[in-house]
Parts: sequence; C-alpha cells; structure tokens
Amino acid sequence: MAEFTLPANSKIGEGKTYKASGATRIKEFKVYRWNPDDGKNPVMDTYEVDLDKCGPMVLDAIIKIKNEIDASLTFRRSCREGICGSCAMNIDGTNTLACLKPIDEVKGAVKITPLPHMPVVKDLVPDLNQPYAQLRSIEPWLQADSAPPPDAERLQSKEERAEIDGLWECILCFCCSTACPSYWWNGDRYLGPAVLLQAYRWIADSRDEATGKRLDALEDPFKLYRCHTIMNCTQTCPKGLNPAKAIGKIKQLMLERQG
Amino acid sequence: MSKHNPAPSINIRRSSLGRARGLGAAKTGSAHWWAERLTSVALLPLVLYFVVSVLVLKGADHAAMVAYMAEPWNTVLYIALIAALFYHLDMGMQVVIEDYVRTDVIRITVLLVVKAGIALLALACLISVLKLAFS
Repeated sequence: MAEFTLPANSKIGEGKTYKASGATRIKEFKVYRWNPDDGKNPVMDTYEVDLDKCGPMVLDAIIKIKNEIDASLTFRRSCREGICGSCAMNIDGTNTLACLKPIDEVKGAVKITPLPHMPVVKDLVPDLNQPYAQLRSIEPWLQADSAPPPDAERLQSKEERAEIDGLWECILCFCCSTACPSYWWNGDRYLGPAVLLQAYRWIADSRDEATGKRLDALEDPFKLYRCHTIMNCTQTCPKGLNPAKAIGKIKQLMLERQG
Repeated sequence: MSKHNPAPSINIRRSSLGRARGLGAAKTGSAHWWAERLTSVALLPLVLYFVVSVLVLKGADHAAMVAYMAEPWNTVLYIALIAALFYHLDMGMQVVIEDYVRTDVIRITVLLVVKAGIALLALACLISVLKLAFS
C-alpha cells in the first residue's frame, strides 16, 4: 500500500535545544537530525540563531549553525545562489532551495526536514540515486543523425530557441519530484516532474531528431501517465518553472501523433 | 548499527539505471488517458440531462415513468449516460487502485473484483433501461 505514516524506525522524536545567549533578535530553527551510525530514531533539534549576526537566507542560518553551534549538522550546499540545486530541502512545509528562501518569510520557528519520501543518508542529505538514474534513462542529451555543419554549430531560429525557455533553466534540485504524491507512491515506476520536464526539454529542442523515440520511451501508464495534474511541482519549483505544463505538452504530443 | 533498531534490510545489486529503465515503456497509456478525458466531457451534458429528467419525473406514477423511458431519445440518452459513466468509473478506479495498492497479488485481485462489480452494475442499469423501453 501507499505509505501514509512513517515506518517505526523513522518516527521523529524531540531532540536537543541549543540556546543563544545575549541575543536580542532570536529565531528558532527546528532541524531534522538522523545519524545512520547510532541506530536511533530521527529527532528534531532546536537551534536558536541570533539574526543580528546571520545572513538573510535559511542557508546562511544553517551554515552558521554548522560553523558556530553544532558541527555535526550535515547538509549539501555549494553555490549559495540558486544555480547548483544542492541545498534543496523542505523548509516550513515546502520544498525549496535553502539559499533562495529568506528567513523572514517564515513565521515562528523555521522547520527544516530533508526532501520528502527519499531515503535519508544523514540529517538533511537525501539519497537521490533513483531520480538521477531516471534522468539518465531518458537520455538527456542531443540526439541527431544529421551531421552538424562542418564549420559551425547546429543553428536554431530565435523562435525555435524560445521553445526551450522555461525548460533549460531547470537545475535538477528535485524539489518538484519529491513534492509529488504520485512520485511518493510510485516513484520506482513514475519518472516524476523533474525528469519529465527534462524529457520535454529535448523533445522541444529543434536540433534534436529523436522526438519519436523519446515519445515512445514515455508511452507508458506509469512512466508518464502517473501524472494526475496535482501541480505540487509547479507550486514548489524554486526557479519558478512549470513542470506540469511540460508534462501536459508531452501528453498533447502523444495524441497529436495518433491523428 | 544497533541491534535494537535495525535499518530495513536491502538486498538489491541491480544498478540504479537498470531499475529506472525497469521493464521498458508499455507502449500504451495515451488511449486510456484520452478516453478518461473524453468520457468526463461527455458526462457534463449527460449528467445535466439526468438531473433534468429526474426533476421532470418528480411525483410521476409508474405508467408515466414507463412512457417517459420508452421515448426513443430518452432511451438513447440513458444508455449513453450509463455507457459513459461506467466506462469512466472503470478507468478512474483502475488508476486509483494502481496508485495506491502496491503488492501485485492484492492489486490484481482488487482490480478484478472492482472491475467485475462495475461491469455487473453497468449491465444491471442497461437491462433496466431496455426493459422499460421495450415493456
């Protein structure tokens, strides 16, 4: 059955509280902690952060926590400007990038958990092997039998290039896929919004000649059609993209080629 | 690893890519999806017609009811309603069950039972309309 509750060894308990002393503007961060080595259930640790000595974004706060309060806190981050997709996590109930999420947008304590329904490696680090492999399965690279011009790149008109606007910007943070209930229940067979948006990115690319083959590979009740237009993907995308629309376009093309 | 709280045992050596590709694309799905949409559009006017016909027949006696159902247009629209409704129900229930029931044996059993129930209900409705039409 679909999993509506956490398994016994994933039930979350209360953790430690780290007080801030001598600060006037204090914000509480409640952070999911799980260590694969101690055999214990996950807990929510509470950290008080002095906002007067902290940058504006949630990522600034958790870096400050790691540097100054608790060095054992584990999370991924790299570019801190919304282009690498590493710091995707669930903040205040919504999947987003910690580096793009202003602390002052959250009322009360800032609750941070890993991306939902993925295996956890440690603390806020999810295991994304499955979506990465699914991305590879749709062959996300240009496929063409025609040789490129010998002395130039493959050309696109401005209109053709505009077709992949709103698609190429995806940074593969998987906020959308892990926000999708269909992906939670059937992620082993459903490709999920991020991977389907990438599939459409190549279907929509005028230079690519494998459109039919790409559609063939998606013609499946699970790989594509587990999308029930719930639209959590579009609502949560920290880059403001619209995976639901890309999936709709794929479904439209599936019909178009039938007559 | 603690003995008291073991991690779920995992014994999978197949590569992530192998699992992602799985059994490959079934080369079906679009027709099902499109039929769901078509039947839902068809049901808009048909359900409206059904509501109107119930209101028209409010308080009618048995003879008036039989006479109404024997009108060719009413027979046709009722049969169309039954066909669209139960076809839509069948496809919708299939998707819901596939979404939520993971174990193969249970899923196939539930699918068969639900589909059989829907088929029998559809037949019962159809025969009722035909009996009224040709009585």
